[in-house]
Amino acid sequence: MSSIALKLLKPFGVDARFDFNPTQMIKSLIVPLAGILVFLFIWNIGAKNIHTSLGEFPGPAQVYEQSINLIAEHNRERDKEVAFYERQEQRNAKKLAANPDAKVKIRPYTGKPTFFDQIVTSLVTVLAGFILASLIAIPAGIVIGLNKTLYTAFNPVIQLFKPVSPLAWLPLVTMVVSALYVSKDPMFAKSFVTSLITVTLCCLWPTLLNTAVGVSAISPDLNNVSKVLRLSWLTHVIKIVLPSAIPMIFTGLRLSLGIAWMVLIAAEMLAQNPGLGKFVWDEFQNGSSSSLGRIMVAVLVIGLIGFMLDRIMLMLQKKVSWDKSVELR
Amino acid sequence: MSTKTHLELTGVDIEFPTPSGPFKALNDVNLKIDRGEFVSLIGHSGCGKSTVLNIVAGLYQATKGGVLLDGKEVNEPGPERAVVFQNHSLLPWLTAYENVELAVKQVFKNQKSKAEMKEWIEHNLHLVHMDHAMHKRPDEISGGMKQRVGIARALAMEPTVMLMDEPFGALDALTRAHLQDSLMEIQAELNNTVIMITHDVDEAVLLSDRIVMMTNGPAATVGEILDINLERPRNRIALADDPEYNHYRAAVLSFLYEKQRKPGEAPAEEKPAEAATETAVSETSDGDSDNEETTHPREVAKCINKKTEVDNQAA
Repeated sequence: MSSIALKLLKPFGVDARFDFNPTQMIKSLIVPLAGILVFLFIWNIGAKNIHTSLGEFPGPAQVYEQSINLIAEHNRERDKEVAFYERQEQRNAKKLAANPDAKVKIRPYTGKPTFFDQIVTSLVTVLAGFILASLIAIPAGIVIGLNKTLYTAFNPVIQLFKPVSPLAWLPLVTMVVSALYVSKDPMFAKSFVTSLITVTLCCLWPTLLNTAVGVSAISPDLNNVSKVLRLSWLTHVIKIVLPSAIPMIFTGLRLSLGIAWMVLIAAEMLAQNPGLGKFVWDEFQNGSSSSLGRIMVAVLVIGLIGFMLDRIMLMLQKKVSWDKSVELR
Repeated sequence: MSTKTHLELTGVDIEFPTPSGPFKALNDVNLKIDRGEFVSLIGHSGCGKSTVLNIVAGLYQATKGGVLLDGKEVNEPGPERAVVFQNHSLLPWLTAYENVELAVKQVFKNQKSKAEMKEWIEHNLHLVHMDHAMHKRPDEISGGMKQRVGIARALAMEPTVMLMDEPFGALDALTRAHLQDSLMEIQAELNNTVIMITHDVDEAVLLSDRIVMMTNGPAATVGEILDINLERPRNRIALADDPEYNHYRAAVLSFLYEKQRKPGEAPAEEKPAEAATETAVSETSDGDSDNEETTHPREVAKCINKKTEVDNQAA
């Protein structure tokens, strides 16, 4: 666990090979710290000089204050939830004591989702959309990359859909989901399905294209080896194509995950689907004096999560990459 | 000599499509090779040596004529004609052992048990003296070691014919000599049929039973065939002073640099750099896929040295 934490912190200058070389320490700790301080200073000065109808633009202090508030709200909400279930249980126990055959029910808590609930919703949605996109894009990319005719056939379609914004897809996806996803007891909420499909549609393309390019760029010598050995199509793909395309596939996956995260926030905001995007939109509509500060907290959290997601992908890439001589960043 | 021909190339022509019409790389190549024979193909860059090898391997299809191996027509690649590629072509994500294993698993799928396979892989790596580094990946071992693993992989397929495309071309002289000695040892033990492409006259004379000299392309064909009747085992140091050895050497050199001097190839006083660009141009234009020009400035310089050597001998 601690090694993972160190790896995640590495870009901030915290290195696992920590030694007490003073110049090294200045370089790896003080310099990034100084950068952050300068940023905070400029932000503070800038924020004080921007006046909006909702008051002053939030500076670091307000953001700190609001993040404490958000945590407190979250804890209060959790306490309420616990109390709610306790009350139900007590009531049910009483009922059962009076009449052992009584039907008891636990009603779910329907309180307002807190900031942290929204983070979890967003993360689950983005990961589901991203995994679905990868499951489609990697096999499709391999097939398209191995076949020149297919590549020529599908390339224009891919190029056409690649730059489409999630906001353009969203109305269509919403309508299609409401039309087709009809069941009495849906496994997933409609809003979840809409966000997920929008994310998938937008983050499919980088993985698809990079996989196809990586696959088509495998060395002709290795192809000849495969031919001489008369490897079957599947063995050829598993033993030769996939490993040699791994670097390109991961480049695509990292691009896709970045896009997925950006797309999700926009989609949630526009479609009022639960998640961080909705939190931002709700705060904006709320328009209290603390709203801007809370939105700013969300902005920073969104950035931090996006960054963490990329780090996790990088760690995964390092794990599967066979070429340890290449420094991945 | 067996009564039936082991490997036979008959009237092999090959044309490659180019934007300016079909390019005829080989014209009427005929060759008969006996079982257990070691044959070298020698010729200038771009003369289609690799093309011949690729046709035997089944990687290219002859436009006219064809290849018979033990009476069967060759029309696709297969492990009975294992290829040792010039740039080793090991899978970089597998260890030496795993590279050989991939071949063994494919070739002996239902014939050998797991333990037998393991033993066979280790035996072949031992043959090329790679037992100490068999669990290292290609990027952790030297060029010569990679080529050894490449040879082990080819040997492990138990090929009827082993095809070697300039196997030692990219190695330094010392490593090359080592590997040549290893190859002679293995050849003495297994008595494989081998076709080897080379640029190196000494290598050809030292290793071969016959040297097939090819004329210059386009439309290259077999120019001369030289039988090497030196006794085996051969020792490079003893042979260096052997008049017969030197006679063979001179015969190959005179074919390459007098009879088949490349049209427009640099005479000794011209700048090597110019010659290099010229060979490079002819190389890319003829659609030949061989990778012979990896070191061409040096190669050309070597040719020029050898040419002056021939001139001196003639004088």
